[in-house]
Amino acid sequence: MVLPGDGLIQLTPEGLYCPAADAWIDPWRPVSRALITHGHADHARPGCGEYWAVAAGEGVLRQRLGAGITLTGVGYGQERRLGGALVSFHSAGHVLGSAQIRISAGGETWLISGDYKRDADPSCAPFEPVAADVLITEATFGLPIYRWRPGREVAAEILAWWRAAPQRPSLLFAYAFGKAQRLLAELSALGVDEEVLLHGAVQMLMAPYRSEGVVLPPTRPVSELPRSESLAGRLVIAPPSAHRSPWMKRFVNPQTAFVSGWMAVRGARRRRGFERGFALSDHADWDGLLRTVRDCGARQVYVTHGNSDGLARYLREEQGLAAEPLGRAFEVERSEEGEVGAAAATAVASPEAAS
Amino acid sequence: MQAFADLIQQLERSPGTKDRVAALAAHLQAADGADGAWALALLLGKQRRRLITGRRLRQICLERSGLPEWLFDACHAQVGDSAETIALLLPQLALPPAPPLELPLAEWMETRLPALAALEAEVQAQAVLAIWAALPDGQCFLFNKLLTGGFRVGVAAGLVTRALAQVSGLEEAELAHRLMGGFEPSAAAMQALLAPLEAGAAAPISRPYPFCLASPLEAERLAATDPTGWQLEWKWDGIRAQLIRRSGQTFLWSRGEELINASFPELVGMAEGLPPGTVLDGELTVWLPQAPQPAGFGPLQRRLGRHKPGAALLRECPAAFVAYDLLERGGQDLRPEPLSRRRAALEDLLQGLTEAVATPATGLLRLSPVLPLGGWDALEALRQQARSVGAEGLMLKALDSAYGVGRRRGLWWKHKLEPMELDAVLLYAQAGSGRRANLYTDYTFGLWDGEGRLVTFAKAYSGLDDSEITELDRWIRRHTTERFGPVRAVEPLQVFSLGFEGLQLSSRHRSGLAVRFPRILRWRRDRTPESADSLTSALALLEDPAAQRSAFQR
Repeated sequence: MVLPGDGLIQLTPEGLYCPAADAWIDPWRPVSRALITHGHADHARPGCGEYWAVAAGEGVLRQRLGAGITLTGVGYGQERRLGGALVSFHSAGHVLGSAQIRISAGGETWLISGDYKRDADPSCAPFEPVAADVLITEATFGLPIYRWRPGREVAAEILAWWRAAPQRPSLLFAYAFGKAQRLLAELSALGVDEEVLLHGAVQMLMAPYRSEGVVLPPTRPVSELPRSESLAGRLVIAPPSAHRSPWMKRFVNPQTAFVSGWMAVRGARRRRGFERGFALSDHADWDGLLRTVRDCGARQVYVTHGNSDGLARYLREEQGLAAEPLGRAFEVERSEEGEVGAAAATAVASPEAAS
Repeated sequence: MQAFADLIQQLERSPGTKDRVAALAAHLQAADGADGAWALALLLGKQRRRLITGRRLRQICLERSGLPEWLFDACHAQVGDSAETIALLLPQLALPPAPPLELPLAEWMETRLPALAALEAEVQAQAVLAIWAALPDGQCFLFNKLLTGGFRVGVAAGLVTRALAQVSGLEEAELAHRLMGGFEPSAAAMQALLAPLEAGAAAPISRPYPFCLASPLEAERLAATDPTGWQLEWKWDGIRAQLIRRSGQTFLWSRGEELINASFPELVGMAEGLPPGTVLDGELTVWLPQAPQPAGFGPLQRRLGRHKPGAALLRECPAAFVAYDLLERGGQDLRPEPLSRRRAALEDLLQGLTEAVATPATGLLRLSPVLPLGGWDALEALRQQARSVGAEGLMLKALDSAYGVGRRRGLWWKHKLEPMELDAVLLYAQAGSGRRANLYTDYTFGLWDGEGRLVTFAKAYSGLDDSEITELDRWIRRHTTERFGPVRAVEPLQVFSLGFEGLQLSSRHRSGLAVRFPRILRWRRDRTPESADSLTSALALLEDPAAQRSAFQR
């Protein structure tokens, strides 16, 4: 299913495009003007002429795409005119500076959700419901088996897991941008004020979060500690790609855990080879997706990512909404975080080259 | 049941053998007799009866939740297990809160679950819903699993015996032997299992010995040894079995510890001629009286699982027990004796039998011949002959070895023939279960027919490594052309070399062929789908298996 060729938003080889604003939303390839929902690699790619994004996410974007990019930072809810369209960014509750993008022109309003969640997260602004005529929503966890518990509860379990192993380093694997800072903020809220150690990839993201005023415990890169120093009883946060990498050699007899929405399923936990899996996601769960569609009140819904077919069918058949999946172009090679790496993204952008 | 649920969780979280054994031992030590017995039976996978079908539980879940069936199926495809899918969907049922229900494992297994299974329709649904509402979080999955049967903890039997050894102070081999032939979960059985040697109650006469298992040949290790220290035999293409004659009774056990007397009445009759206190280890085959070689696995399959076979089947597919080891003679355990002595005793025993029972070359009981072995350089030529005598390779057993418990690397080697091989095209994929849940790992492959169409030929689940599985999974998701419930049809682009052990004509398969033990040998990225094999090449293999290496090897 492709978007109508004459609509306010169209699907081009570069991604979602709004002719009235002459801008692409989270484009897959370099374009002249990109509106960015948030800084994760499958949404923000380098090489575009100009970028528009939420001001709170500016630090992260510059760090990931280059300090010299042309970037216009916009406040949440602020309306901007781009060509013949009105564009505004609204909090998506996914990570720091994440947004849903609302575009209006010719009496019609579209909302592109980007990635979002409905649960409380002390490291970013909460989700804001936005009304629109047409909604393009993600469905990374679009199955009713996915139902999140409050982040605070999961953080309390993680804290207990850490405290129960005073003789071993506790290696907590979590996506470097977003999940790691959310965990740190949750731990801080639980009263943790001792130093937490970080992998370099996580460390890089700390400055933007601290400068936005997010309350976090003290942190330090593991690499700054002398190699001889015992790490028993210390908590270390690292991206999942570091698991079973040479970086792990630094740790003597560590206990390992992975924090991800995918960890809700036993088979996924067993397959990944971590001792523990904590189910915590920065995406909406099933109920969160349905609630968001309801809150938006759109007459037409398009679904991207993950179980797009299933969510669209459910909305159509069980809730009587006009809903369609947006096709294979969005069925990305997601990692365990529902993210893609740069190489995978290239393959997705040109499916004909991949086969 | 909470303690058992905690143990399952603890095992899942402990990667190390030591931690797992410690957790098992602690649980078995602490559990009350009957609970411990049930825990043990479940850990060993010996208690897998289905009380309610997964389908029925799914129906109860669907009726209450109002979720559409297709959505449940999509969830199941992601989770790979219906018991877990239902446990994860319970919040969607909006069940009224109920006081927590905590009962001992034995009470669930002996009373509650069977009672639940005996209920009818709506009453049963209400009872199940009431239990779901009352069970603590972690127990719903376990409850569903125990109800629907087939519960597997994923802990090796060896670790369980090791834990039992820690708890009881007995040898692992002794415990493995005591556990053979089934374990009836009761406090008394648990007590008998762990009883000290001297106090030992008499073992049941039906109890088989643990099978000694062979490892795939490590040619370099073998080449470093003296060929005269080895006994060489054919590796027969049947099923491993143990034939016991004690106190005037006969017990025929399969390798899977199934008692299969009822399926093989002619062998049970034959065993009446064996001296008291005899235990034979050997291969169950179908072997026609005048034939030079066994009839292959296909005819044997017709006999397996068929209780009370009719006269026609007995005539068409007569069974023979091909003996290769003697484990007990005159009631004495021969396993500690070296193979050379056991072999001599075996030959001696068979020679002493009347013609009506057996001769080494014909009849119901045959002696597996020892093959002459000049030197290691002759080994390969012998192996290549295996298929022509109806065997699947060679067995090498150290002449000075005792009959071990389980797999002891280096004493028994199996040296199988290279599998038959065809290149086929991936047509369909389905998500696996367990640790392969939500990964497309169950593949269906096709071969070309005469009219340029791909016809499904075989399914294969194994042979790719983890990174290939992940890569193929991604490819499948991006190249899906159609979905049929959990099955995806994919663009016919990827070619794989499939290996299999045998091939036979079958009217039940669309290709007209049934394959035995198909698996993936290699992902052939170098090949285009057009260059994959055809049904004609498969039929050629069927007619002349030996021809394959020259004609089809590329």
